[in-house]
Amino acid sequence: MNSGDTAWSLICTGLVLLMTPGLAFFYGGLVREKNTINTMKMSFLALGVIALEWALVGYSMAFGPGGRLIGGLQWGGLGGVGDAPHATYGPTIPHLVFMAFQMMFAIITAGLISGAVAERMKFWAWLIFITVWSVVVYAPLAYWVFGGGFIFNEIAARDFAGGLVVHINAGVSALALVLVLGPRLGWRREIIRPHSLPWTMLGAGILWFGWFGFNAGSALAANELAGNAFVTTQIAAAIAATTWMLIEAARTGKPTTLGFASGAVAGLVAITPCAGFVGPFAAFCIGIAAGAICYFALQLKFMFNFDDSLDVIGVHLVGGIVGALLLGVFADAAIGGTDGVFFGNARQLWNQFASIVIGGGYAFVVSLVLAYILKMTIGLRVSEQDERRGLDLSLHEEQGYVLE
Amino acid sequence: MKLIIAYVNPYKLDEVRDALKAAGVTGLSAGNIQGFGRQAGHTETYRGAEYEVDFVPKVRIEVLVDDTLAPTVISTIEQTARTGSIGDGKIAVLPVEDVIRIRTGERGRDAL
Repeated sequence: MNSGDTAWSLICTGLVLLMTPGLAFFYGGLVREKNTINTMKMSFLALGVIALEWALVGYSMAFGPGGRLIGGLQWGGLGGVGDAPHATYGPTIPHLVFMAFQMMFAIITAGLISGAVAERMKFWAWLIFITVWSVVVYAPLAYWVFGGGFIFNEIAARDFAGGLVVHINAGVSALALVLVLGPRLGWRREIIRPHSLPWTMLGAGILWFGWFGFNAGSALAANELAGNAFVTTQIAAAIAATTWMLIEAARTGKPTTLGFASGAVAGLVAITPCAGFVGPFAAFCIGIAAGAICYFALQLKFMFNFDDSLDVIGVHLVGGIVGALLLGVFADAAIGGTDGVFFGNARQLWNQFASIVIGGGYAFVVSLVLAYILKMTIGLRVSEQDERRGLDLSLHEEQGYVLE
Repeated sequence: MKLIIAYVNPYKLDEVRDALKAAGVTGLSAGNIQGFGRQAGHTETYRGAEYEVDFVPKVRIEVLVDDTLAPTVISTIEQTARTGSIGDGKIAVLPVEDVIRIRTGERGRDAL
């Protein structure tokens, strides 16, 4: 046990928790005024139900002793998860601290999906979806990549802090849910615009800050690797934000604030899998790629006509893929023990690609099935009247803004 | 008695109020409204999607005045709210049948 490592891990756990309220503000500002509370609550809800799910079964399935595909239930209800460090999950920090750190990842991953379905989904359907999804999609993916499963051991793909487990997973699951849910009333006909960019900037700032816990904390120790992840995270976010803004200004004439914030998030997403495998120059390149590619990826929803309300697919799915693939290009064994194409290991790029197809494919199919089951049983969408009236009043009998 | 309704740019509200007070007006009402006139709306861009926003924010000012004060009020609003560009707004003048001060029950000019 090392008190420095433990202190750092505890702080990072708190930082990652803070990202979920940050996400609530980020998303809350991007919706229309009448849906502010509902949208924020979709993220906040994950802080409640996913924490419980994680302690009861999720952690054990994702990190417990098991075979190639899933962890057993020996650690259900956190039985056997105590003060003593686990040999592979942070050998210098209490096992319980590692469990809590990973709990925050499970929470925010569920929260991320909400951006795609905002402004039209039934609250109880959302609650059931994220709870079941966390068991049948998140836990297996986390096991395959982080918990000793086949993606890490057999495919030999790498994912430092959750490019696949968090961002590709959330993005592709969001896509499945949106395809079943359908577009918001008036999408592409009426003006549906953000009601409070200041909320969104506040959220972006909290996310950016919390991301240092997410990435640098994934070193599970206060060491050189954490320092490397911290620096690569900042560089990628900074250059992606700037890149997005410059492309936007060149194309439409105005550098928007939302564009800058979106670019920062795209850069943070893309560096997530890479943060502990690449150096600062690679982070610079990854940031440029993320800012540029995600900017153009926003057009996907118009090309294929699916209403991803707040661009979870364009930013998290696409940004996650960019990062996961570029890990296979820029990874340097001197930093994280794995080489990429530029260091003579072309095979790694293929490994990364395979992990995206398998992990993303699984998440998409299971989410699709889950969404259909909910649609056929309790229904996914609110009534047309409730949607027009706004979900804050119709679902919660609350308002975001009482201005008299 | 007259009811004078003016639609002006929001940033002109304070200036108009101060000028009207100086001209002897003892009270007015104002509210935020949205509308459109000859002034076109504007474009907003969010993540590359452009929206044409047709309504522009304005302030509606209502003043109840005695007939003798009405021409001063109208010219005061006209002069202070004018910038010379499209979107400066409009002033309407309506005859008022009666005015009642609720607290005292005073009527007509006494209630102004």
